[in-house]
Amino acid sequence: MKAKVAFFDFACCEGCQLQVANIGEALLDVLDKIDVVEFREVMSEKSGGDYDVAVIEGSITTKHAIERIKEIRSIAKVLITIGACASIGGVNGMKNNFELPEIKKYVYGEDEKYFDSVPTMAVDQVVKVDYYVHGCPMYVPEFVTVLKHALMGIPYKAPEKSVCTECKLNENECLFDRGLTCMGPVTRAGCNSWCINNGNICYGCRGMLDDPAKTGQIEILKKHDIPLEWVTNKFNMYNKAKDVKENENE
Amino acid sequence: MSKNYDIKVEYLTRVEGHGNIVVNVRDNKLEKAELHIVEAPRLFEGMLRGRSIFEAQHITSRICGICSCGHTLASIQAAEDAIGFTPSKQTIELRKLLLHYETLDSHLLHIYLLVAPDLLGVKSFVPLISTHNKVVRRALRMKKTCNDVCDILVGRHVHPISAIIGGFTKLPSVGEITDQLTFLYDMRADMDATVELAATLKFPQFEREMEFVGLVSDDGEYPFLMGDIGSTDNFRYPKNEYKKVTNEFIVPHSSAKFAKHKRESYMVGALARLNLNYDKLHPKAKAVAEAIGLKPMCYNPFLNTAAQLVECVHALEESIRILKELRDRGVNYSEQIVVGLNETNNIEVKAGEGYAAVEVPRGILFHHYEVDDKGKIVNANCIIPTNQNVNNIEHDMKKLVPEQMEKSEEQMTLLMEMLVRAYDPCISCSAHFLDVKYINR
Repeated sequence: MKAKVAFFDFACCEGCQLQVANIGEALLDVLDKIDVVEFREVMSEKSGGDYDVAVIEGSITTKHAIERIKEIRSIAKVLITIGACASIGGVNGMKNNFELPEIKKYVYGEDEKYFDSVPTMAVDQVVKVDYYVHGCPMYVPEFVTVLKHALMGIPYKAPEKSVCTECKLNENECLFDRGLTCMGPVTRAGCNSWCINNGNICYGCRGMLDDPAKTGQIEILKKHDIPLEWVTNKFNMYNKAKDVKENENE
Repeated sequence: MSKNYDIKVEYLTRVEGHGNIVVNVRDNKLEKAELHIVEAPRLFEGMLRGRSIFEAQHITSRICGICSCGHTLASIQAAEDAIGFTPSKQTIELRKLLLHYETLDSHLLHIYLLVAPDLLGVKSFVPLISTHNKVVRRALRMKKTCNDVCDILVGRHVHPISAIIGGFTKLPSVGEITDQLTFLYDMRADMDATVELAATLKFPQFEREMEFVGLVSDDGEYPFLMGDIGSTDNFRYPKNEYKKVTNEFIVPHSSAKFAKHKRESYMVGALARLNLNYDKLHPKAKAVAEAIGLKPMCYNPFLNTAAQLVECVHALEESIRILKELRDRGVNYSEQIVVGLNETNNIEVKAGEGYAAVEVPRGILFHHYEVDDKGKIVNANCIIPTNQNVNNIEHDMKKLVPEQMEKSEEQMTLLMEMLVRAYDPCISCSAHFLDVKYINR
């Protein structure tokens, strides 16, 4: 029996779903192993609530979404989050830097009252998540690895080391040495230092390490005379949602 | 016989984002034809305030996964306009190349995976894997090629890495230019097959005389990256006057912000571009347009998909031209730049306002920023193609429904879905900026 897999999207750009379509012809090999029963962006078929694995993209930003994710969790045997929005809250979390009525009013004017909006949360701030695929967008090789683990029923955890460890192996020049602030030292590895390989800085999209090397990071900042505030502000770009406390949105 | 329709399509599929279609007909009389946007608001413009202008492109790219390169380019250009930075000729050429890649990628996805299933009478591409295996393989192969060339140029297609204010953090090596060319040469055969397939597809017949809006320019180039805002009603405005075209307004039946220029509504996208700039298409693309009988003025919005096909050929051939010129001229690697938060003052910053108008796959996109002298964003505004099209779609529905009353409710529902899909709406984009009618059930 092939596992029935359903894709669901919440507040997001749908870029991670697109990453799935970008696998190319190899996608047909993946589809050979699983039965995709719902995938709204590219399919009109509906699962009717019959699925084993739920793949979730996007963060939880409305009361309606809270109810919907709870319902999905009650059906799914396995729940996988894909991308920063679902896994850690992602860029949607920046909204939490502002007072909600104020930011809604800025965008929607006097009509802001029509919009259901709660502080942004990652999926695991509402329901239990079994597997995480990190990144903005998600890194396809990690998605395939996670999917394999999920189908075999064995646990998977992203490496508990920093992006720097991968960056060093890729022999990139350290961006701090070029006078720039990079989130690599405190960000969870697993993307093969994708952005730095392409000449840019790390923006921390995979989330902060559970146990980052704080002393080391502070030393780096001191050495390069970089205010801590810059780093905190940068971290707010992807990680702010995690500040929302349990049951705050209930 | 009196005809009644009570159509309610919730969470329209095979479009980007969440939308509902509502059509009500009582005793042959159309009471309601609406497209509701139900995407969760994400408040991007609000979130940008207080952040560095050098982060704007990284953040706004996340508005949409499909048109992330388009948002990136609009954001960068508006930001550069605001702080007073002028990009080099090489940078502009590479940006045009990136935009061509995105047009190609997005149009192919729309034609093959989102529209073709309707025209072949199935619910999605999945049943086509067994009935039209070669076609599905070709679609996925072409999609992969777009992805591969984007990977080489900017690190990845979804949320490009190396395109930033000031230029590119990584410039392609000679080998990487050759690699991109090889991929694109190989794509030509698949493109020919795509054109052949498209010629066999039957699009619904429908016409409504309407206004089309898109970029126009005085040079010989089919404008995607730069130009003035033009209309088939012969209006022309510089990009900083975009609000004269969009005139966002609120209608009583929906809290969604609509756009209109001088008429009741207007259309943006591939068909608008083709109607405005047909003569500037690459000769090969023009030949395809002729072969499928597409020429200006075309007033059938269902043929937006056909116009996308013509643009695919154009984008492919123009990409090859840019790469060849780059190869022959040689890349100036001294232009490689990384700015981060501009910690090293690599780029001079002044306070100001900046605008960009870019033709992204679904139509003209506006980004507008105001920054202070430290490069902090004070205000931000973005108007998305789909925002501009929603009003036009509703006007199409209002003409189309009464013309097709012989149809069953099921057939009418499909026709409405096909109409909305023809516009290739990017609802997750639009909802981040327009007023969303949240239907609370």
